[in-house]
Amino acid sequence: MEIETQTGQTGTTPAQLPQTMPHGTRNPGMDLDMDWVMRARVNRSAVERRASSLPGRRSVKKSHQAAWLARAISCIDLTTLAGDDTPGRVRRLCAKARHPVRTDLLEALGLQGLTTGAVCVYHDMIETAVAALDGSGIPVAAVSTGFPAGLSPMYLRVQEIEESVKAGAAEIDIVISRRKVLMGDWHGLYDEMRAFRAACGDAHVKAILATGELGTLTNVARASLVCMMAGADFIKTSTGKESVNATLPVSLVMIRAIRDYEDRTGIRVGYKPAGGISKAKDALTYLALIKEELGDPWLRPELFRFGASSLLGDIERQLEHHVTGAYSASWRHAMS
Amino acid sequence: MTVKEIFETMDYGAAPESSEDALAWLVDQGSRFGHFIDGAFTAPGTERFESANPANGEVLAEISQASPKEVALAVAAARAAQPGWAGLGGPGRARYLYALARLLQKHARLFAVLETLDNGKPIRESRDIDIPLAQRHFYYHAGMAQLMERELPGRAALGVCGQIIPWNFPLLMLAWKVAPALAMGNTVVLKPAEWTSLTALLFADLCRQAGLPKGVVNIVTGDGAVGAALVEADVDKIAFTGSTEVGRKIREATAGRGIALTLELGGKSPYIVMEDADIDSAIEGLVDAIWFNGGQVCCAGSRLLVQEGIAERFHSKLRRRMDMLRMGDPLDKCIDIGAIVSPEQRDRIARLVESSDGTVYQPGTGPVEGCFFPPTLITGLEPASPLMQEEIFGPVLVASTFRTPEEAIQIANNTRYGLAASVWSENINTALDIAPRLVAGVVWVNGTNMFDAAAGFGGLRESGFGREGGWEGLMAYTRPEQAAEPAAAIAPFEGETSEPQAVDRTAKLYIGGKQARPDGGYARDIHDATGVLIGQAPIANRKDVRNAVEAARGASAWSKATAHNRAQVLYYIAENLAAREAEFAARIDRLTGGSGGMAEVQASVDRLFTYGAWADKFDGDVRSVPMRAVALAMREPCGVIGALCPDPFPLLGLISVMAPAIAMGNRVVLVASEPFPLAATDFYQVLETSDVPGGVVNILTGSHEELAPTLAAHLDVDAIWSFSSAPVSGVIEKAAAGNLKRSWVTHGTGRDWMGADGDGRAFLDAATEVKTVWVPYGA
Repeated sequence: MEIETQTGQTGTTPAQLPQTMPHGTRNPGMDLDMDWVMRARVNRSAVERRASSLPGRRSVKKSHQAAWLARAISCIDLTTLAGDDTPGRVRRLCAKARHPVRTDLLEALGLQGLTTGAVCVYHDMIETAVAALDGSGIPVAAVSTGFPAGLSPMYLRVQEIEESVKAGAAEIDIVISRRKVLMGDWHGLYDEMRAFRAACGDAHVKAILATGELGTLTNVARASLVCMMAGADFIKTSTGKESVNATLPVSLVMIRAIRDYEDRTGIRVGYKPAGGISKAKDALTYLALIKEELGDPWLRPELFRFGASSLLGDIERQLEHHVTGAYSASWRHAMS
Repeated sequence: MTVKEIFETMDYGAAPESSEDALAWLVDQGSRFGHFIDGAFTAPGTERFESANPANGEVLAEISQASPKEVALAVAAARAAQPGWAGLGGPGRARYLYALARLLQKHARLFAVLETLDNGKPIRESRDIDIPLAQRHFYYHAGMAQLMERELPGRAALGVCGQIIPWNFPLLMLAWKVAPALAMGNTVVLKPAEWTSLTALLFADLCRQAGLPKGVVNIVTGDGAVGAALVEADVDKIAFTGSTEVGRKIREATAGRGIALTLELGGKSPYIVMEDADIDSAIEGLVDAIWFNGGQVCCAGSRLLVQEGIAERFHSKLRRRMDMLRMGDPLDKCIDIGAIVSPEQRDRIARLVESSDGTVYQPGTGPVEGCFFPPTLITGLEPASPLMQEEIFGPVLVASTFRTPEEAIQIANNTRYGLAASVWSENINTALDIAPRLVAGVVWVNGTNMFDAAAGFGGLRESGFGREGGWEGLMAYTRPEQAAEPAAAIAPFEGETSEPQAVDRTAKLYIGGKQARPDGGYARDIHDATGVLIGQAPIANRKDVRNAVEAARGASAWSKATAHNRAQVLYYIAENLAAREAEFAARIDRLTGGSGGMAEVQASVDRLFTYGAWADKFDGDVRSVPMRAVALAMREPCGVIGALCPDPFPLLGLISVMAPAIAMGNRVVLVASEPFPLAATDFYQVLETSDVPGGVVNILTGSHEELAPTLAAHLDVDAIWSFSSAPVSGVIEKAAAGNLKRSWVTHGTGRDWMGADGDGRAFLDAATEVKTVWVPYGA
């Protein structure tokens, strides 16, 4: 009898993952591999079963829960993407990103200096945000390429990226052309993503798939692969403007694609679910999903972000409950 | 660890479910239990054993070992209560079943925690699967009780049911057994497994709270000796879930007693992954297939068959998934694999894994105290490897590969078992081609271990017989309202041995579509009522049985023929028989010394038309299961059916047995009426001219008592029927234990072959197996 044994399943974060540098090894992309793309198949029922049973299989309590929730905060792209955004509104958001949790609570938890992962705004608000976050190390992400529909002329979309990078955005959240997915134009999608990636220069690029508009989970898997092959540093579910945003089944499909991509290329691509995640409990479930399917390296802002605006408030209340033992109220925590 | 440290490590930490209430309940009961007989707990017995928590060895309570006298008391209580319970009527019983369902729901967490303490399964499973499913069974069968009188006219309760259940799903198996039995008006004596009696005893407490009439549910505890006593007791049915080995003993012990029996036994269920499957989902499915309840599941997908081209990648992804499985305290809400039920079982699993010639992979799970065994994958095995054949009943997955869908089916079916199977493919053509061809009572397409009260569950081959759940499950707890009359033996006519026939016609056996002389070379003289010789009938021996079964096995194309085609053949037989009506009528009158020959022939023609009509109408159906899935209850032929035909009505009897069997796609080996065999040997001429493919119908003549044991013991016969007047019922049931084939015998009763009793659904049910195919869907 021959026995192979794997020891130590948990393992802390490997050293090669820099904790302080927000931008690690980037995904250079690869040639479009259509065989691989077309081999991707997703069984919706099985994926939904996995997603629905996960919250019952994993549970974190007490100190662990507090720590996980703090980790969730560190992964939040605190976001405002509204037509009525003003510099004042954005400065308030940035202040919250610097101080996401009341100081006394952070001290009680021993997590002084905790910040959100990034601030995410429209192009016009980049300069305000960069100024407001100066010295904090918090990157500014800008949505781009005719967000949210992505239907403006291609050259304008590319120019918009270039303008945003020039304005100081360290991360660009692009939207893909959904019609290319729906029509099976994978080459077109690849070329588009390649162009966006090139326009980003040193800024990291997150590809928003708008999964709520892609029709099937198999399309989600294929679009994920194509965008990674074209060099996306992150893949992201939604703009927050579709009728269905991030869901666990969609997340499962996307992170499994990320896992396959790492298997094949050795490159770790990040994941960002966005929209619809507003409860602390949901955040824990997402983190557990990431831990289970991708592993601990992804439980860091370098490889995982929540695109969320109201999630933080619920987490703050849970953290105060952890510290004091009493259930909290929203007005006890600073608004963003 | 501080929050800051955990913030870096992102470990899960402990998430224990409290056991306080469950332990308090045990203390309230005095931590010692007697039996639940006639509505009350008996005092704890003098002979007791400990029930321990397998995760940490702590003793939970002391359980009493029932004496044969106590078993008899329980059976007597059930016997006394049964008429009243049945007399309450379906709607009356339904109220109690609803009450039990609601009580199970109200005390759900107490049951879940107690189950996990006693059995060692993860709290997630007892909380999210076992207990909710148990509730569902009581709700579903409350509805069946409500509908019984209207929907099952002519069916009555069996009486007292002895039920013996295993330790892997203690409360759920109780629910599977008790709910349908009570719904149909039976009373029960249940014996839980000795390692896991506690939730059954808590359920007894619930019966009291529900005000269930005394004696309707009785629970006796103890080891196999108590089970054996229950099998020996004055019961009308035994329902058993457990090992094939014990099931076989029960089949032998109940043989000839005229009591009903259902057996849900072991398995080595295949888990087939085609190259076009959703690989990640198929791997996740394995977690639910073989690591659910630590693989201590009779229908566990324990034999992984992966298409060769993707096998290496699949296995490596699987190993990575295994690394993420968490084993430990079953009460921890963050645990995938709990404890093995007992040290004996753990050691048995370890021995089997030790003996393997494959490559063994076990993830490092860290040191775990208590009775645990890590998730294990053994790759590089072939069908001939012992571990590909033998049930391990632990968290051990054995793996092999295949090249084509055809080969996948062959390897999957290359087993003595036939309980469940999974097939993963994103191609609907592939999946729906493979699923029906797997020899299994349950098939999951792109899924595994899905259960529901509305969908029948049960096995083929050495996985047992009978179904639990659905309408088919009720057949196992009811009998025809009208009791059958005892049958009289019919002796052949004696006479002189002269040769009166002008032109000799040699009657032969009919095997594989050809007339065949008997292997032994002997024949028996057949006389008419006046003692005149009318011919000789061949005396078949065991080799003729062998040849006939071989021919029947070879005629497998018949089972795949369309129902329309089979109907056409039946109509054709009927036409050809009708054309020779007068000749057959005369023959029958001469053989039997009666005058009903013409009526019998006409009834035979009619019967053929009846089953020609049924051939494409005895449909399966689609069950309402609580998920987005189609659960198909398909009617499939049993395969090869051996049947001893009735002695009276030499033509009608044979046709009444043959026609339903072949209409449903079976192939048959018929042993003709013993005193009057020549109608059958005339009849094969009709078959020869009616496009019946060779081997579909095989006819032997000879001694029923001599041929019955050989036919019943034949391991390639899938079901055995006997309508013989000879006292062979017990012999057949005993011999059928060999491959645990289904048997249908008379126990000395007769049947009105000319009347409505002579055909219909009872025959069609016996000629088919219900296979449940689960097809979850979603674009």
